[in-house]
Amino acid sequence: MNNQVSAEPLNYLNHKTGLWSWLTATDHKRIGLLYLYAITTFFLTAAVLGLLMKIEKSTIGPTIMTAQTYNAMFTLHGIIMIFIVVIPGLAAVFGNICLPIMIGAKDVAFPKLNLFSFYVYITGACLGLYSQFAHGHSPDAGWTFYVPYSAEVNSNIILALLAAFTLGFASILTGLNFIVTIHRMRAPGMTWFRMPLFPWSLYATAWIQLLATPVVGITLLMVIAERTLHVGFFDPKLGGDPVLYQHLFWIYSHPAVYVMILPAMGVVTEIFPTFSQKPVFGYLPIVFSSLAIALVGYFVWGHHMFTSGMSYESRWFFSFITFLVAIPSAIKVFNWLSTMYGGSVDLQPPLLYAISFIFLFTIGGFTGLTLGAVATDIHVHNTDFVVAHFHYIIFGGMGFGFFAAMHYWYPKIYGTMYHIKWAKIAWGFLFTGFNVLYFPMFIMGIQGMPRRYYDYDPKFQLGQTISSVGAVILFVGLIAMIANLVYHVRRGAKAPANPWHGVTLEWQVPSPPPHENFDEIPVITREPYVFDNPYTKEK
Amino acid sequence: MTTMFSGASNFAESVDRAFIFIFAISFIFTIGITVAMIYIVIHFSRKKNKNPQQFSGNVPLEIIWTVVPLILVLFMFYYGWVAFAPMRKVPQNSMQVKVIGRMWSWSFDYGNGKISPDLVVPLDRNVKLNLFSEDVNHGLFIPAFRVKEDVIPGYNNYLWFQPIAKGKYDIYCTEYCGLAHSAMVAKAIVVDSLEFKTWLADLKVVSNDDPGMAILKANACITCHSIDGTKVIGPSFKGLYGAKRMVLTDQGEKEVEANADYIKRAIIDPNGEIVKGYNKGLMQSYKDVLKAEDIDKIVDYFKKASEQK
Repeated sequence: MNNQVSAEPLNYLNHKTGLWSWLTATDHKRIGLLYLYAITTFFLTAAVLGLLMKIEKSTIGPTIMTAQTYNAMFTLHGIIMIFIVVIPGLAAVFGNICLPIMIGAKDVAFPKLNLFSFYVYITGACLGLYSQFAHGHSPDAGWTFYVPYSAEVNSNIILALLAAFTLGFASILTGLNFIVTIHRMRAPGMTWFRMPLFPWSLYATAWIQLLATPVVGITLLMVIAERTLHVGFFDPKLGGDPVLYQHLFWIYSHPAVYVMILPAMGVVTEIFPTFSQKPVFGYLPIVFSSLAIALVGYFVWGHHMFTSGMSYESRWFFSFITFLVAIPSAIKVFNWLSTMYGGSVDLQPPLLYAISFIFLFTIGGFTGLTLGAVATDIHVHNTDFVVAHFHYIIFGGMGFGFFAAMHYWYPKIYGTMYHIKWAKIAWGFLFTGFNVLYFPMFIMGIQGMPRRYYDYDPKFQLGQTISSVGAVILFVGLIAMIANLVYHVRRGAKAPANPWHGVTLEWQVPSPPPHENFDEIPVITREPYVFDNPYTKEK
Repeated sequence: MTTMFSGASNFAESVDRAFIFIFAISFIFTIGITVAMIYIVIHFSRKKNKNPQQFSGNVPLEIIWTVVPLILVLFMFYYGWVAFAPMRKVPQNSMQVKVIGRMWSWSFDYGNGKISPDLVVPLDRNVKLNLFSEDVNHGLFIPAFRVKEDVIPGYNNYLWFQPIAKGKYDIYCTEYCGLAHSAMVAKAIVVDSLEFKTWLADLKVVSNDDPGMAILKANACITCHSIDGTKVIGPSFKGLYGAKRMVLTDQGEKEVEANADYIKRAIIDPNGEIVKGYNKGLMQSYKDVLKAEDIDKIVDYFKKASEQK
């Protein structure tokens, strides 16, 4: 092994070998990959749970499981997807892999802290799973752990909140690391407004992670004080207020939605210029809309609680602010379209995922307006409409953004290329399955089908069955996509340093990048998206 | 299609108008954005267009697509709010019904011991529902009336409506409340005022039952413990008194006789001894819910039921 002369030039994947070198890696790209493998494993687990739930719902009454199992499944599906997959997802994987290279740095500001965050994350993920299986009682409180049900029935709420807090800690540390990295480590000449937009979106995200996550810690302390010292905060039997818990839960969990979606917006903002060979349209509006989303996103949590018995005033206040937060998202969509307009558009897999992101996110966003208006929210709150809406945002938005990032940076990460046609076919299944699965849920929600229902009225039979068929199609697409990516890590054709002809810094280093990214730190002299001589140009 | 656009309360029209307004704008924009996107991808495809233009922004355009959506969403906010605001202003003359939600059934209390499992209301009369929970959070949802409000322990939540069409409508629980959440359903039945008077007069006062049975019904014990021997969530009440049962305790398995003591223990500490074949943790203690004399009445009822056989 030691004497073997590698034909490959040294890069971050082969400069050291062996399991131990991975488990103790401080290279940001290796840590990103560790997150990628952990998150993919959890994602597949939760996706299978989702598929089983959909099969259960394909017919009225019991199909393949009991009500108790079903309730446990949607709880576990939610906990894994939200806290372990989607919240860390893009920032931890592609933030880690790409951020330092994109700003011309050799690594993040605190590489060891970065590795520590990964282990905190793994600890939190294991605690989360343990909390659901400890004490032999199958978990069924829903991922929101609303008291008093969660406190009376599932004695593991302390563990579950501890897991959310531990995962939150990993999130805080990553956020802190990125903020310092972006402030201190940009290459010489890279002023704030010469920074690419994916790092900008990570910057906005990092501030939310840093400021919103501690609320989970406070909530945890209050629950522990209530359970052990019987200080009544939430439990009405002790004179507490169950709605207070909902407030605290959403003060964190709503901004967390923007932790999920902002990096995905950043990803597609990188993809549109590259595949159009044209600068980003409206660089500054995109930057400021990210910051606006991060800021206004703190003040909309009450829209989850319009039916909770909140005061008259808070109902209109939260509704009003919710409509304001829609504007920055709209601005981004128009700028993305204009980026492609007039370009030389090449419909490769990353762009396919990016434009389906726009389509799905638009539907998710507009149905979010239905939920932001109080009168219409009252009718569709806690129905399948909400479930469809947030899957369009989280899966259609963050999920498709993640797939777009995977197909975009894959040749950079592994130095090989996946099968393009196979990737497009897998996309076809994913996109079709997604819409067949979730769109009928909007209609059923309007008709009154409540969420978290094991069984349903015969009038929902058709919609439920169509939705279940969609789940199967979606799953086939998912497996096809992952198989294509995994298979070609070793067997794919060798990828050049810049297969898509991008102009940001990560495309100027070899694929895969060397251990410390740059032999010489680049000096930046101009804006990030300048295509002086698009390669497509007829000479 | 059964509920949407077939509203049966005074609120349905204005709520549906807000729905249509928001959906119409959303639909136009979604179609517009999608068509524009497909057009761009085809018209500017790399095959046709090798010379990408290099413009990178336009201030008037940015202003237009900030201001126009802002105005549109403010209208959405407004329509959503004006349709909702009256839902909080209960008319003075409303008929009051107390709604009790519990795991996993509804009861509708019309006063004077008149308690019904379904909500029967007279046509064109303002009705205020006062929402109480005996255990965890629930949500009262009547899709046809476009009303919903959470039923939260310790809160005096309420909602009101005026039914405007006779018929039988669904009531669902919309706040997750455990095992049989999806079975926590009832009907809202709108009848004319004469029918309503007769119905209310004929409604059996609960205390006409055996007092023990009345307590079992009022606390929804019979949702999980059948009286006819069917296996539901907990063991059936049929032939309970004096029967021998295998139970699981922390110390292991043992056989007990279902006597007065056992029944009391099962009510106060339901998880101490679990009948074999059933799950732990599904029932909570009724120590603070039932008075001691009520528990005695329940025991008497079981005793009588076993003697009648």
